[in-house]
Amino acid sequence: MSELLVKNKSIVVPGEELASGMDFLPSFGTYRDKDIIVASRLGMVNVEGKVIKITPLSGKYNPRRGDMIIGKIVDVSYSGWRVDTNSAYPAMLSIKDATSEFINRGADLTQFFDVDDYIVASIFNITSQKLIDVTMKGPGLRKLVGGRIIQINTNKVPRIIGKQGSMISMVKDATGCKIIVGQNGLLWLTGEPKMELLVVETIKKIEDEAHMSGLTEKIKNFLEKKTGKKIEPREEVRNDDMRMNRNDEVRRER
Amino acid sequence: MVNKMDRADILKSLNENLRIDGRKLLDTRKIEVEYSISKNAEGSARVKFGGTEVLAGVKLSVGTPYSDRPDEGSMMVEAELSPMSNPEFEAGPPDIQAVELARVVDRGIRESKAIDVKKLCIKEGEKCWLVCIDIVTINDEGNLIDASSLAALAALKNAVFPKLDGENVDYKSKTTKKIPLSKEPISVTVCKIGNHFIIDPLTAEEKIIDARLTIASTEGKLCSLQKGGDTPISIEDIDKMVEIGMKTADEIRKVLE
Amino acid sequence: MTYSKRTDGRKFEELRPIEAKAGVIPRADGSAWFKMGNTAAYAAVYGPRSLYPKFMQNPKVGIIRVNYSMMPFSSAGERVRPGPNRRSKEISMVIEKALASVVNLEEFPNSVVDVFIALPQTDAGTRCAGICAASIALADAGIPMKDMIAALSVGRVADKLLVDLNYDEDSHEDGVDIPVAIVQRSGHVALLQMDGLLTREQLKTLLGMAQEGVKKIFEEQKKALKNKYKAIEEENGE
Repeated sequence: MSELLVKNKSIVVPGEELASGMDFLPSFGTYRDKDIIVASRLGMVNVEGKVIKITPLSGKYNPRRGDMIIGKIVDVSYSGWRVDTNSAYPAMLSIKDATSEFINRGADLTQFFDVDDYIVASIFNITSQKLIDVTMKGPGLRKLVGGRIIQINTNKVPRIIGKQGSMISMVKDATGCKIIVGQNGLLWLTGEPKMELLVVETIKKIEDEAHMSGLTEKIKNFLEKKTGKKIEPREEVRNDDMRMNRNDEVRRER
Repeated sequence: MVNKMDRADILKSLNENLRIDGRKLLDTRKIEVEYSISKNAEGSARVKFGGTEVLAGVKLSVGTPYSDRPDEGSMMVEAELSPMSNPEFEAGPPDIQAVELARVVDRGIRESKAIDVKKLCIKEGEKCWLVCIDIVTINDEGNLIDASSLAALAALKNAVFPKLDGENVDYKSKTTKKIPLSKEPISVTVCKIGNHFIIDPLTAEEKIIDARLTIASTEGKLCSLQKGGDTPISIEDIDKMVEIGMKTADEIRKVLE
Repeated sequence: MTYSKRTDGRKFEELRPIEAKAGVIPRADGSAWFKMGNTAAYAAVYGPRSLYPKFMQNPKVGIIRVNYSMMPFSSAGERVRPGPNRRSKEISMVIEKALASVVNLEEFPNSVVDVFIALPQTDAGTRCAGICAASIALADAGIPMKDMIAALSVGRVADKLLVDLNYDEDSHEDGVDIPVAIVQRSGHVALLQMDGLLTREQLKTLLGMAQEGVKKIFEEQKKALKNKYKAIEEENGE
């Protein structure tokens, strides 16, 4: 007889037994040991029908094709740039993927991107050995000038972006700041100094309360109180928000 | 935590008297001191400046006095920038940053003459106490120098002598006798960015400062200085930085009470 | 020779009081504090991250690297000289092997997970406390692990078999100290060292005592991790 050994949505640790019997199917973050399904990482249990998986609450970014990330240039070579992806693996950005401008052989590549510059790029190829190629050809992909880069929990990125980009659009509207959320757990923002601080505070709040229901409403009230302005939810979402949202959807499907 | 911020943007914020974490220019983060965090040390303390956390511990041993100072004991400070505390720190022998940190802390205490080294003498020319202060960083979010200096002082205040059993130290039996401390030297690092002065810098700020000056002072007197950063500073600026440093030191000293 | 009463008044199969906390070093990807009696350990995990020099990389699987150290002021005796020595290198290696048996780094070829263990206060059983802290820190860092691991010393003092030796017992003239690391579900032994004289039967009994003793530690490790993320669970329980 099959039986669930933990409550759905509870927090479990590696090695914790989640279900017994052969009716349940182990999915992400779990494995089967004989007739027991066991957690293989820290996270929240999700039981969907017969499928048991773990939603991670911590952990570094694991690069995936199609993700829009914020990367940092760490090296400039003859043929392109090496980019830190805030994961275990650096990515390569080759000249042909960096710009549609013609670049002479032997040109000084630092005039485009120099070490310590941050860029918004998209992962278009990743091998089993985790060699990663990124491109900057695409809407919204560019070098980030000014502003601040903050570290966020990569597992909470979908909540920070929100459905249809609703959460992040609301934060942008309320603060007047420009914000870009990378799937890899880096966030760029720029605006008035006081408003930048409010964005940082708001993002922290979203991260801390990511699991709560009615989060959008809570954040709306929080921002209204802080800014003293009424927030009208927007019908349409800007292009860059949509883009991130697509990323989010792709991620969920996997 | 802010990973990166350009100098221009930090300046824009400072022009509005706003630090990147919302503080005013001359505010410190919340400072906390906890004593006796290691029972085996003769004295120890944990100090937090906001998210920055360091431990300091004092070990005492018996040695021979230096021949030119036969009636004095001695002290030394070492620091480990633990790879636990910052992804950029590597395991291995102390690098120049760790050496500078230890030496700045050392001079702040030594030059203030806070420890009466004559009282560390056990038998002139033969035996004296050696005071070893070790600093280990736990979490680095900026301003390790000031946090370490305060931790070293707190550990010293907390320290008691072990029992002396003839030639040997009986570490298991502690006495109630404290290390003779006459003053409380406090280090404050004042940083210059553009035309602004700030204290208690964050990691992102430390990366873009023009110059820094660490000022160790006891009640009303300077005892050591260390200038860092690549830009030279004017005498007027030094005077202002010293004023800020000494005033802040008086504030921080209250935390030890 | 008889050892009739333990120096700290414990029963022979009784562990020292345990304190455990997850997430104590914000800059690390995962971290923990583990205290057993008067032995306290920090563990910080960074990674998976890039591994250099390149020849150390394994194209099949990520590797784990452990660095164990005692803080200079941590010992009851003289100051411990900072920096690696033969003892700390060996301990780092045996802890590394023990932790490697539970982590699964197949998703992360060519990378490294760094585990730093540092003890501010010691009273025997430092490698055991280090493993207990590291296991929490690895889980906190979201590293895939097939199970939790915990460690405990067992041994003999004079005529008595006992668990979780303190310094006095560890250094007893007729004492045997056996650090043992155990994988939770299987009960298998992932670290085993011993010095002293023992019969084959005594060893078997002691390993059984270790298996029993670590159950308490597993509970504390689990509690520490769940405490850190408690707010989330409470919300869901409503």
